[in-house]
Amino acid sequence: MVSKPHGGKLIRRLVADRTRERILSEQKEYPRVQIDHGRAVDLENIAHGIYSPLKGFLTSDDFESVLHHMRLSDDTPWTIPIVLDVREKTFDEGDAILLYYENLPIARMHVEEIYTTDKKEFAVNVFKTDDPAHPGVARVMEMGDYLVGGEIELLNELPNPFARYTLRPVETRILFKERGWKTIVAFQTRNVPHLGHEYVQKAALTFVDGLFINPVLGRKKKGDYRDEVIIKAYETLFEHYYPKDAATLATVRYEMRYAGPREAIHHAIMRKNFGATHFIVGRDHAGVGDYYGPYEAWDLFDEFPDLGITPMFIRESFYCKKCGGMVNAKICPHDEEFHIHISGTKLRKMILSGEQPPEYMMRPEVFEVVRSFEKPFVE
Amino acid sequence: MEEERKYTTVSIPKPLYDKIKKRIEGTGFTSVSDYVTYVLREVLASLEEEEREEVFTEEEEEKVKERLRALGYLD
Repeated sequence: MVSKPHGGKLIRRLVADRTRERILSEQKEYPRVQIDHGRAVDLENIAHGIYSPLKGFLTSDDFESVLHHMRLSDDTPWTIPIVLDVREKTFDEGDAILLYYENLPIARMHVEEIYTTDKKEFAVNVFKTDDPAHPGVARVMEMGDYLVGGEIELLNELPNPFARYTLRPVETRILFKERGWKTIVAFQTRNVPHLGHEYVQKAALTFVDGLFINPVLGRKKKGDYRDEVIIKAYETLFEHYYPKDAATLATVRYEMRYAGPREAIHHAIMRKNFGATHFIVGRDHAGVGDYYGPYEAWDLFDEFPDLGITPMFIRESFYCKKCGGMVNAKICPHDEEFHIHISGTKLRKMILSGEQPPEYMMRPEVFEVVRSFEKPFVE
Repeated sequence: MEEERKYTTVSIPKPLYDKIKKRIEGTGFTSVSDYVTYVLREVLASLEEEEREEVFTEEEEEKVKERLRALGYLD
């Protein structure tokens, strides 16, 4: 049986067509609030149940509880504050407002509470640092001074060039059921797959019925693979090397926070809502720079016996010349001199210079896909 | 400033308390209350997991399957 949604019920905050038309026809009557791309993505994720049990942006009791105890106020595990910030109070508690991304009305929100927070305290609790060089901290410091909590209803979605690959929890749950999968391991990625990824995914798949590869699409930083490159690369890998009845690929839009251990828990909750029963947690999951220990996220899972999804901790893999294949430190007895670590930076350099990586690093078919793009990386 | 969490008192037999106190020595648990909270969360989560799974309406399920077929996820 697929995982029960987090909090027990899959949340859906979509309005019926007629209601939507009515709200949109009356849109000038609502206070208009501009939001950024990341908040628009959060709205979609709330509305489709990816953030179940959230029905909207956090109110202060949930926010404080998440910040200090990593749980919602009703004790449900929750580690990342999903909040809406505004610079000015142009509406009051009790109002219904419309949230716009550029000129597109994304959602109606019922304002339950407007409150403030100490940004430094927010950053230190969530990111374990207030260093403005940390991208998550920088985002918090740029936030408006007021947080707005309340339930939402989705009216429109952002244009999605990858709709063909976008599945929502209601769809993945039915897909898994139809395929007869009772145990499903989810893998989150923001990269073109190399042999290390394939090793980890297939090692996990050995123990469950199905593998759910769930790349995160969205705004990226310079040097990251472009979304279409990641999708094409996985399509090719699936075509040549993955069992069709035991693996599937679907994307999710999400703004990375780079909160390391806390975000690893959040990523697991998101995949639980998609129906996954297991979640792969590798080295430095959702980390950035050297703010978190390489396996710090693993320890945090110990604090959540009630998470409802089983983490699969898999060590960093590497090629061992003596073993003659991909291994990890737990199963390989040979010295470091025989190990070749697959570095994303090294692969990027090879790709940019047109040099084909050795087959133990990247499948030639995947390299061909990457090479077929004039600009595979974000500039 | 750390938000103060609300707590309440639950009574357990003294011998059980002593047994737990002994059991948590040298572990990461700093108090009997922490241990009991951990165990109860685990037990409740596993009971909830056994409850009936969410069922979609037939119409909704068919609509979703149609999309999954159109996208090539189902035959």
